[in-house]
Amino acid sequence: MKVMKKFILACGLLALPALAHAQEANPATVPATVDAKAAPVVAQATAAAEPAATAKVDAAAKPAASTDGSLPGYTPMKPTEGVGMPTAKGIDFQDQYSDLGVRAKQMNNNLLLPIIVAISLFVLALLFWVIVRFRRSANPTPSKTTHNTTIEVLWTLVPVIILLVIAYPSLTLLAAQFKPAPKEAVTIKATGNQWNWTYTYPDHGIDFTSNMLKEKDDPTRAKDDRPRTDNDGPEKLAVDQRMVVPAGVPLRIQTTASDVIHAFAVPSLWFKLDAVPGRLNEKQLIINKPGVYFGQCSELCGALHGFMPITVEALPPEKFAAWVAAKGGKMPGSATPAAPAAAAPVTNDKAAAPAAAPTK
Amino acid sequence: MSTIAATANEFQAHGDDHAHDADHKPAFFARWFMSTNHKDIGTLYLIFAICAGIIGGGISGMMRWELAEPGIQHLTAWASWHNGLVGGGEATLNEAYHMWNVLITAHGLIMVFFMVMPAIIGGFGNWFVPIMIGAPDMAFPRMNNISFWLTVVAFIMLLGSSFVPGGSGYGAGTGWTVYAPLSTSGSVGPAVDMAIFSLHLAGAASILGAINFITTIFNMRAPGMTIHKMPLFVWSVLVTAFLLLLALPVLAAAITMLLVDRNFGGAFFDAAAGGDPVLYQHLFWFFGHPEVYIMILPGFGIVSQIVSTFSRKPVFGYLGMAYAMVAIGVVGFVVWAHHMFTTGLSVDMKMYFTAATMVIAVPTGIKIFSWIATMWGGSVSFKTPMVWAMGFIFMFTVGGVTGVVLANGGLDDNLHDTYYVVAHFHYVLSLGAVFSLFAGFYYWFGKMSGRHLNEFLGHLHFWLFFIGVNVLFFPMHFLGNQGMPRRIPDYNAAFAYWNQIASYGYVIMGVGVLVFFANVFWSLLAGRKAEGNYWGEGATTLEWTLSSPPPFHQFETLPVVK
Ligand code: HEM
Ligand SMILES: [Cu+2]
Ligand SMILES: [Cu+2]
Repeated sequence: MKVMKKFILACGLLALPALAHAQEANPATVPATVDAKAAPVVAQATAAAEPAATAKVDAAAKPAASTDGSLPGYTPMKPTEGVGMPTAKGIDFQDQYSDLGVRAKQMNNNLLLPIIVAISLFVLALLFWVIVRFRRSANPTPSKTTHNTTIEVLWTLVPVIILLVIAYPSLTLLAAQFKPAPKEAVTIKATGNQWNWTYTYPDHGIDFTSNMLKEKDDPTRAKDDRPRTDNDGPEKLAVDQRMVVPAGVPLRIQTTASDVIHAFAVPSLWFKLDAVPGRLNEKQLIINKPGVYFGQCSELCGALHGFMPITVEALPPEKFAAWVAAKGGKMPGSATPAAPAAAAPVTNDKAAAPAAAPTK
Repeated sequence: MSTIAATANEFQAHGDDHAHDADHKPAFFARWFMSTNHKDIGTLYLIFAICAGIIGGGISGMMRWELAEPGIQHLTAWASWHNGLVGGGEATLNEAYHMWNVLITAHGLIMVFFMVMPAIIGGFGNWFVPIMIGAPDMAFPRMNNISFWLTVVAFIMLLGSSFVPGGSGYGAGTGWTVYAPLSTSGSVGPAVDMAIFSLHLAGAASILGAINFITTIFNMRAPGMTIHKMPLFVWSVLVTAFLLLLALPVLAAAITMLLVDRNFGGAFFDAAAGGDPVLYQHLFWFFGHPEVYIMILPGFGIVSQIVSTFSRKPVFGYLGMAYAMVAIGVVGFVVWAHHMFTTGLSVDMKMYFTAATMVIAVPTGIKIFSWIATMWGGSVSFKTPMVWAMGFIFMFTVGGVTGVVLANGGLDDNLHDTYYVVAHFHYVLSLGAVFSLFAGFYYWFGKMSGRHLNEFLGHLHFWLFFIGVNVLFFPMHFLGNQGMPRRIPDYNAAFAYWNQIASYGYVIMGVGVLVFFANVFWSLLAGRKAEGNYWGEGATTLEWTLSSPPPFHQFETLPVVK
């Protein structure tokens, strides 16, 4: 009975910080109907009635006939080996490119991993000691001890303390992850479909669908689908049209789905959010560094579940603006669609692109 | 723990091996097809579970074979062959990928509902719960028989579902979790209906079984066998039966709602018509988390008996052990949404489920340390059941600590639905529940069959299996950390190395299983005859007071436990 009391106590203790933090954070889920953001933008675009408005969003969604996915004023960034993608024989988490990702990875590697390895080794050591010291040949007459209150209290209390030590950073991490995106955040809506992703930029009037790039020698590749190249990224992770976002500024990632549940996941950004039909899930993401980050759908969604990857390309804000223009969209606040010519020539060179935000 | 002051002689007078009424067995058909004898039904369950295990294990072999290297190697051929069985032609690529989903679905459902549960509850529970409490049989022997045959029909139904259309190919490809709307609007054709109906039958069988166990344990204990003297295996089955009784109806409701959505225009989980797909997940995991403890608690019980027997010591902290299981059962009902951390829960929900989930680690820790304390100071002999039990303790610890990692909602954002989760639950199941099954099998096989298994082969089986499953499942932690999603038939080349090693591990494990079957056949054909209490001094529960195998009806005069 004493034991039971302790569970209840532990339960209460662990729940306390949860209550304390509950106020600070926002629920992640907003009803789907709140997706009103898109509407004003569309209205603006039509009201502007600029000649450029003929460059319809839909037309821009079609991949340009280029063989590398480039558009006038935008060339896809070449991914860096080992960044934003799994590494051969890797055993650790991928390197993280968001502050919260860095923090979560550190929490695992510096706190949880040592604890769980120590516990496992401790149990292993005790078992070895039993084998050595208490095997029948070493200890022919067994003791009759069946109780020892001190030790029983100890092995209840010590785990409780360990769990409290874990609970504190764990719950504060959760609170941080739930910080809502500020008003000015860039909104991107990822819609999971069987079996590709549609990315909508309601503030920019951009909307396109992103498919996995097949290999050159893949017999199932349609004739006019361009094959994957190393510039696009690794096999089965590269897509024809990337989700391009500005680095260093808050992004409001929304996920939903058109048919069954999918999950939008990018391991190197510590980001995973289910895409559920009829719901609009939302979470803030800040990518620290320009780069290309790969992920995959992470909820079983039917036959081609394994083949609907996600590629996020983070660009310095001015290059992002150039991409928006190249896609036929416009930056929010600007009355006319951003003119592609206005953007500086965009290069592929990552070194030439100063990181827009301090990076850890 | 109680010391049961019963000696063999006290009961043997009645259950002697000589021709005696108690040993009058019915003819073959009546005995095995209309059985009302708990030991025969237990045997049927064990044989059934072994058959299902061979099929489920074979399927996982196919999965490991396909995953051994990147690219699609065999799926298309398998899908074409499978199409051929029902008169179809060459498989398309989509059918091949669908085949993959059918394999993972079948593997999960078979291992959970038709291997682990029938073996550990239906098999060992039926065999030893009545004996351990000094009862002649289960409370409802006919219902016991219904439970078994419903399980068989359910299994046939599940296998049959793979031969009817299920959307992009033959069979149900929804995963064992059967999430809507993939399982409703996402899977046209009767396959998913059949799979759901199979779960209904298996669930009904388990509910009947649970009622039977609860009634038996509450009402049929021998004089003197108080609740607090019951062996821990009985305790574990009692707690498990309550979990079954409370959790399975929720599953039944959830999958009935799926059927309504699928066939009768329902919209429980259809967002377009005002339903909510996430509601299904809440219902499923309200069942699903207790379900994972349903699979492991009887294993806890088995391990407790074995550790005590081979240490020649009563279980350390008997009451703490019993109530730790009760606590695990209770807390297990309020942690379900740790399976849903990425569905868009609110921050309060995520914090609550993070904290509540971690609480489970405390009673789990009590169990692990109490087992070690039982061995501490003991006179430990390392017979086959004991090495399996010790393997269980260590492997279960490893699975438990990764559970604590996953419990952190903020970390699970990265790990959810990756191979890290696959590693976690195989450490607690393939290396936890399955190790306890093998431990129980080696412990009681002589009692059940009357013949000894071979010790050398038993140890060989252990080491091959132990090394095999660790090579198989440990690298999956790495794959999960690196971001490999679960339930995909093909992967990026960066994941190739550890996948290949995992597939080698499967082969090592498979050789171990062959040794196991060789051992069983050898024993049945030529094994040494087992005496009543072949483990000697440490084995104090009532089954060791009977002959091996026990008489057809034991305890016609109830034993008195002092
Ligand atoms: C210390 C105790 C445990 C903790 C804290 C724990 C925690 C968790 C968590 C948080 C998940 C969800 C991971 C995810 O999907 O992202 C999970 C999954 C799972 N756990 Fe555990 N667990 C524990 C013990 C067990 C035991 C004893 C079993 C079974 C014998 C088990 C079986 C499973 C299974 C089967 C899944 C995956 C279900 C699925 O998604 O298909 N766990 N566990
Ligand atoms: Cu998917
Ligand atoms: Cu769970």
